[in-house]
Amino acid sequence: MRSTTGRPAVDGGDRSSPVVDVHGLRKSYGDHEVVRGIDLQVEHGEVFAFLGPNGAGKTTTVEILEGYRSRDGGEVRVLDKDPADADRQWRSRVGLVLQSCTMPAELTVGELVELYAGYYPHPRPVAQTIELVGLAGQRDSRTAHLSGGQLRRLDVALALIGDPELVFLDEPTTGFDPSARHHAWEVIADLRDLGKTIFLTTHYMDEAQALADRVAVIAAGEIVAEGTPETLGGRDRAMADISFLQSENMAVSELPEELASVAQVRGSRVHIAALDPARPLYVLTRWALENGEQLSDLTVGRPTLEDVYLRLIDAEEQPQ
Amino acid sequence: MSDATLFAHQFRSDLARFWRNPQSRYFTLLLPIVFLVIFAGIFTGTTIVEGRVISITTFYVPGIMTLGIISASFVNLTQAIVAQRESGELKRLRGTPLPTSFVISSRAAVGVVVAIVMSALLLVIGRVAYNVPIPHSTMLGLVIAVIVGAAAFVCMAFAFSTRIGSADAAAPATNLAVLPLYFISGVFVPERQIPKYLRDIATVFPIKHLAQAVREPIIHTHGTGISTTNLLVLAAWGIAALLIAARTFQFSPKSA
Repeated sequence: MRSTTGRPAVDGGDRSSPVVDVHGLRKSYGDHEVVRGIDLQVEHGEVFAFLGPNGAGKTTTVEILEGYRSRDGGEVRVLDKDPADADRQWRSRVGLVLQSCTMPAELTVGELVELYAGYYPHPRPVAQTIELVGLAGQRDSRTAHLSGGQLRRLDVALALIGDPELVFLDEPTTGFDPSARHHAWEVIADLRDLGKTIFLTTHYMDEAQALADRVAVIAAGEIVAEGTPETLGGRDRAMADISFLQSENMAVSELPEELASVAQVRGSRVHIAALDPARPLYVLTRWALENGEQLSDLTVGRPTLEDVYLRLIDAEEQPQ
Repeated sequence: MSDATLFAHQFRSDLARFWRNPQSRYFTLLLPIVFLVIFAGIFTGTTIVEGRVISITTFYVPGIMTLGIISASFVNLTQAIVAQRESGELKRLRGTPLPTSFVISSRAAVGVVVAIVMSALLLVIGRVAYNVPIPHSTMLGLVIAVIVGAAAFVCMAFAFSTRIGSADAAAPATNLAVLPLYFISGVFVPERQIPKYLRDIATVFPIKHLAQAVREPIIHTHGTGISTTNLLVLAAWGIAALLIAARTFQFSPKSA
């Protein structure tokens, strides 16, 4: 799904500066500061995932970048312009998929996409865009007759019809069944291959893992971690976790000395943390063979993106 | 796309949506016609105005015309704006290069155009079915009254929509605003049968002035048919509403 080769170049725009460039962004509602001085950079052609729990300041930040909300402090440049001064020309370079997906029930898919095409100076071809989101068969259907997943894809078509350089996708697959979700991922991967820069918010870690080149986590109004899905929160340097089901007659103290000292029992499983799993695995499996232990359900893993994310969020929510 | 082409592009779509929406079709287009037929059926007879014998139905054509204009330019439009705001459509449109002035003026134009078509339709039905004469020399006065009235009520729709929280509340709120006023403003009941204190209350609100402004050129067939005072009052309501709407208009529901 992911292209490892170079991406097609985008036309126009200053390639040297980031598409989204945020320094020290602040926003308060009344006495409550919901965005507390954040920095963000998104480069050309990048898929950037912005993660965070509800109420962390995620939507407020995105709405400031989209030009919907004013800010209280900091510098914001999106496509080399302050979104607070958004004009027609800037709007024509940005595509938005908002969380709400109600569509005018009286219009057909084709009519609605054609209507939006008329708003832009250089729209993409209507039929091709409908095809891209997989709605070619519904072109003459009124939007009232579309399923939830189809409406969301129509939303994506409306965001793309102006051939934007930057696309904001706000929780694009929330409420989707697994197959609709994977279809949507393919559409987003296609966008990446078209050279679009994508700013994605999501609650699903597998989505960020599958799509994003880079992720940032916001919690309580601050960026708490930033990196690739593979390295976020030191995930690549984290200790491997070797674990297996504890058999009835086995005590941890029976393990070889170098394992017994680091083994922990959590629930019904024995966990052994190791920086490099090769040697402890060798010691463990040799010991098991010699002692007739089964090591049922033996697994070796690193923390998933979700584990790392939950740890980051928890740390932020703990009272200090 | 030039601005004129862009406006036409948006207007065609908004007009198609009005026409395809069953609620618009039945409540805005059909109901006034049904009302005219019912009132013309119940109240028959003649009266004398300035020495001429005039059928009672002649009063109901401008009365129901008032209702038709207000349905199209105020009731239907307010409900459409609130629904578009609640569905997130206005917010989505604001994220496109389409200037908001086009979003608003296109919707307003649909209200005015439907009001004009409705008025013409009622005039023709009155002529064909009830022999109510179509004014000639005072036609200009009638056209001006319909356009000024529709434009003023369009502005009031934009101002009123900011006071309504949800699409569920839009229909009851708009009907509550206009229905009692129809009864005391000479739309359903001839003004001479309404007690003075109720007529005085009606004078404060715009509906009575629209009713008088469209009745004048139909009943009094001499002169210009332009009732200047009523038109000025309507224009004042429209301008005041426009100022309120410009200050308070919301593109997203308050909670979001």
